[in-house]
Amino acid sequence: MSNAKGNEYLRITRDGLWNNNIVFAQILGMCPTMAVTGSATNGLGMGLATTAVLVASNALVSMVRNVVTPDVRIPVYIVLIATLVTLVDVSLNAWVHDLYKVLGLYIALIVANCAVLGRAEAYAQKVGMLPAAYDGLMMGLGFTFALTLIGGIREVIGGGTLFANAHLLLGPAFTFLETTVIPGYRGYLLFILPPGGFLVLGFLLAGKRILDKRLAARAAAIVAAVA
Amino acid sequence: MSLEQLRGKLTYPAFVLGGIGLLTSGALALADRATQEDIKAAQDRDMKASLIQVLPGHYENDLLKDTVVLPGPEGDVTVYRARRGGQVVAVVFKVQARGYAGPVVSMMGVDRGGKVLGVRVIKHSETPGLGDKVEPAKSGWIHGFEGRFLGDPPAGQFTVKKDGGVFDQFAGATITPRAVVKSIKGGLVFFSKEKARLLDETSVIAGMSRRESLLPGRIKP
Repeated sequence: MSNAKGNEYLRITRDGLWNNNIVFAQILGMCPTMAVTGSATNGLGMGLATTAVLVASNALVSMVRNVVTPDVRIPVYIVLIATLVTLVDVSLNAWVHDLYKVLGLYIALIVANCAVLGRAEAYAQKVGMLPAAYDGLMMGLGFTFALTLIGGIREVIGGGTLFANAHLLLGPAFTFLETTVIPGYRGYLLFILPPGGFLVLGFLLAGKRILDKRLAARAAAIVAAVA
Repeated sequence: MSLEQLRGKLTYPAFVLGGIGLLTSGALALADRATQEDIKAAQDRDMKASLIQVLPGHYENDLLKDTVVLPGPEGDVTVYRARRGGQVVAVVFKVQARGYAGPVVSMMGVDRGGKVLGVRVIKHSETPGLGDKVEPAKSGWIHGFEGRFLGDPPAGQFTVKKDGGVFDQFAGATITPRAVVKSIKGGLVFFSKEKARLLDETSVIAGMSRRESLLPGRIKP
């Protein structure tokens, strides 16, 4: 792998996980972000399902990029994404039914996630299949990280637990994740209800801005010191 | 003709869109055929599992195949019947009532005598942390119905404590338990009203032997 290519993958990784994070930087996919982050487990499940669809949709879009003309690209991408989501939905329902009972509700929501179309439009249609799929993976993991973080904060403040019912999603081996952070806590319902989603997201967005500014200032200081 | 020249044609985008549409609908049709049976089987397994939860004890027939559809308070009700020695020993059916955020659907099992064998809320969209205590995973409240019948508690007290009844409500959530209690009471009333048909006794009166009444053709009206 040439150095330039290596740098490109490094950039994709950084963009997906942090710099251009779907939730914290692009502010896309707000519908699932608000709807399913009542608990860390739900956020994780939605994030993983979206990641799977993002990888496949980016790869497909990249595959057809030379055939599709700009004037019909949006309907083509939408049809491809909707088909993929439906395929994931029916196969989970048929063959991994227990997982489907946990995730089923969210799967259809993935079509409504504009981040999937956004990645097709902004990146996948311009590059080869491998970087496109890798971008899907990193963006998906960034999305998963964001959703799990928001879900975790809402769950701890709202109900005093973390990763409750994780075994339903990941299997009995992950029961150790299920912790009661504040025993005997009566719960703060606001954070589980929709306003909690907005509040937590707002504070996290502000937090990311402050952190990024500090990091930039420190980087500038180092550059100045070296020069 | 090269791809470049093709792309310049006016009809090209239409063919691309049509082609993709055909391919994807083909894929969906195939996926539907490939998964249909497995999905049906999985749903049947789910249904059976939820039936068994409200139906302790043993029975000899396939519940999913021994059903009767009767008009209930909220539309037609499919009733699953459990038999032992040909006789219906218990029935299971769905009941529902409006909760705080939409319908709360429960599955309830009732024995021959009209006693509740078990209740499970199978679908609800109540507030997490408040109304969802009707789920057995969150609290034992739902087991409070077991052994109840019309008359225990007395008619006026078949409701939540706040309304002068015997069933607990949850701190901060009265509407959800009230809805469940109401639907269970409705289910018991439905049972006592349709008892003869539910227990398959009309067909016995009609002069059929028990063997005959087990034939699939007789069971599904």
